[in-house]
Amino acid sequence: MTYKGIGMSMWQGELERIDAFRWRIPKGYKAGMRVDGVIYADEEMVKDIRSDRAPEQVANVAFLPGIVKHSLAMPDIHWGYGFPIGGVAATDIDSGGVVSPGGVGFDINCGVRLIKTNLKEGDVRPKLKDLVYALYNDIPAGVGSKGDIRISGAEERKLLVDGARWVVDHGYGRQEDLEYTEDHGAIKGADPDAVSARAYERGKNQSGTLGSGNHFIEVQAIDEIYEKETADIFGLEAGQVTIMIHSGSRGLGYQICDEYSKDMIQCLSKYGINVPDRQLASAPVNSPEGKAYLGAMKCAANYAWANRQCLMHLTRSAFEKVFNMGPKDLGMDLVYDVAHNIAKVERHTVDGKEKTLCVHRKGATRAFPPGHPELPARYRKTGQPVIIPGDMGRNSYLLTGTEGAKETFYSTCHGAGRLMSRSAAISACRGRSISRELETKGIMVMSSSRDTLAEEAPEAYKDVNEVVGVVDGAGISKRVCRMRPLGVIKG
Amino acid sequence: MVKSNHMERYEQFPHTADIGVRVYGKDMKELFENAAFAMFDIIADLQGIDAPITKNFTLDAPDHEQLLVVWLDELLYNFYTKSIIFSRFEVKELTDGCIKATASGRPVGENRNRLKTEIKAATYHGLKIEKTDSGYKVEIVFDI
Repeated sequence: MTYKGIGMSMWQGELERIDAFRWRIPKGYKAGMRVDGVIYADEEMVKDIRSDRAPEQVANVAFLPGIVKHSLAMPDIHWGYGFPIGGVAATDIDSGGVVSPGGVGFDINCGVRLIKTNLKEGDVRPKLKDLVYALYNDIPAGVGSKGDIRISGAEERKLLVDGARWVVDHGYGRQEDLEYTEDHGAIKGADPDAVSARAYERGKNQSGTLGSGNHFIEVQAIDEIYEKETADIFGLEAGQVTIMIHSGSRGLGYQICDEYSKDMIQCLSKYGINVPDRQLASAPVNSPEGKAYLGAMKCAANYAWANRQCLMHLTRSAFEKVFNMGPKDLGMDLVYDVAHNIAKVERHTVDGKEKTLCVHRKGATRAFPPGHPELPARYRKTGQPVIIPGDMGRNSYLLTGTEGAKETFYSTCHGAGRLMSRSAAISACRGRSISRELETKGIMVMSSSRDTLAEEAPEAYKDVNEVVGVVDGAGISKRVCRMRPLGVIKG
Repeated sequence: MVKSNHMERYEQFPHTADIGVRVYGKDMKELFENAAFAMFDIIADLQGIDAPITKNFTLDAPDHEQLLVVWLDELLYNFYTKSIIFSRFEVKELTDGCIKATASGRPVGENRNRLKTEIKAATYHGLKIEKTDSGYKVEIVFDI
């Protein structure tokens, strides 16, 4: 164990500039690293990145058996537990590559979906208050919130296998929603028997609940188009109102990660795995423990897609009520839904050879390039839509995947990334009303917790414009359009 | 930046994404009690809350660090599924790898407005129990 206490001191390790957007932690930095670390950032950002322990975590991830190419970090990198947030690591399954529950995180398939509408900002402004109140009222949020969508034990097992499809089949959505969800809202190979009774219990009655912390529903307006042709295919234009939903697998995912992280600590000695942090506990993908974890993780991923589908249904209903319009006129179609905390078994080319890899994306988004066979036919030409929420005061983005992202196993950033700790944000906001400050900018926010608003204050985050500037500049994804918040519901 | 709480039982230290706490105890038993208190002090406003319900726990793990996470996660599981805000903790026995303890609390019920922060889990990140001049300390990162 080389780890010496934790705290927010400047990270003094080696960071070599590769080019304007890439920085290397050489594998010689720490004995045990199997590959270099590579961080995507510009010169300015590197100062912030050095201010916490995140770069050390990039180096720690490089210890994982079977890791190929690099231990990667996206520009929204910040200090997590085990993996950094913004971390990407792929292991070669046929060469003893491991899967680490800490490389996915507690909120398995935390992710975000983008919904378009036929409304313009001018249609929403006069009814913004009613809309935000309706969303706040109709969507359960906050600590330990419970939903109205109740499911029996036997049905719950089906939901874990069928994911968003189960929800659509029960009347909460449309068939085409599934086509525009990553993995069609249900990743194959989910094993309900790998999920403990306790995990079922924690997930019960939480479908259709937002959760708390950084989870949100945001009504926004498109304020800038960068790629008109792509935006046309997505059916998006300036001034149009869109909605973003950010949530995950709730208590079910937390319990699964908790139990498997614990079990995998025992795997470290069993399989002779040397990692510098217990939260990086892992097991070979092909071991019984690795298979069981992935079977359970997929259940939680499917639960999360079901949950976001429920949340979208509740959002559509709230819009129909407030605008007194039918679904056809509102045109609330799903643009896409992405996971940003997940491990996926994917085929990638490494050093000219095609390999089966276990790609961990911990606060990172899959970003398939144009022509990828897993994309819906309509998006084959554009590449995969990548949804990047920012903070509640500035912007959010829609990007697309590029061929350039081959070097990141077709992965990119997932958000703005935190800059300040939650306690620092609360201190900085003491005596201020964040909701009033945002109101003067025309943004209405509601949260069940006053602390949440301070913790989530815009200044606690990096500027998403800069984060997106790096991934676009590095060529690992491409800007399509930018959104600006109008109304936000926080957990 | 560092916030002290309740007579030095624990303090928060800044962590970018999550919440970190530095917990103190004059002995290992008190360290475990104070860690549980710290967790619930983050989850809810414990000021003046009573604790009419008591639950017994017997748990084991291969070492003290893992046992600490097992203990905290057991209490979290009970909070989320039995809806009890725990505020008093007593460790009766603590030997290598085994804890016998009680936790007392009050149903969430009409105390919903006391809830502050959703803790997803206690993590193993950098977890190390250290001996100090006056007892023990440990730093724990909670995923929130």
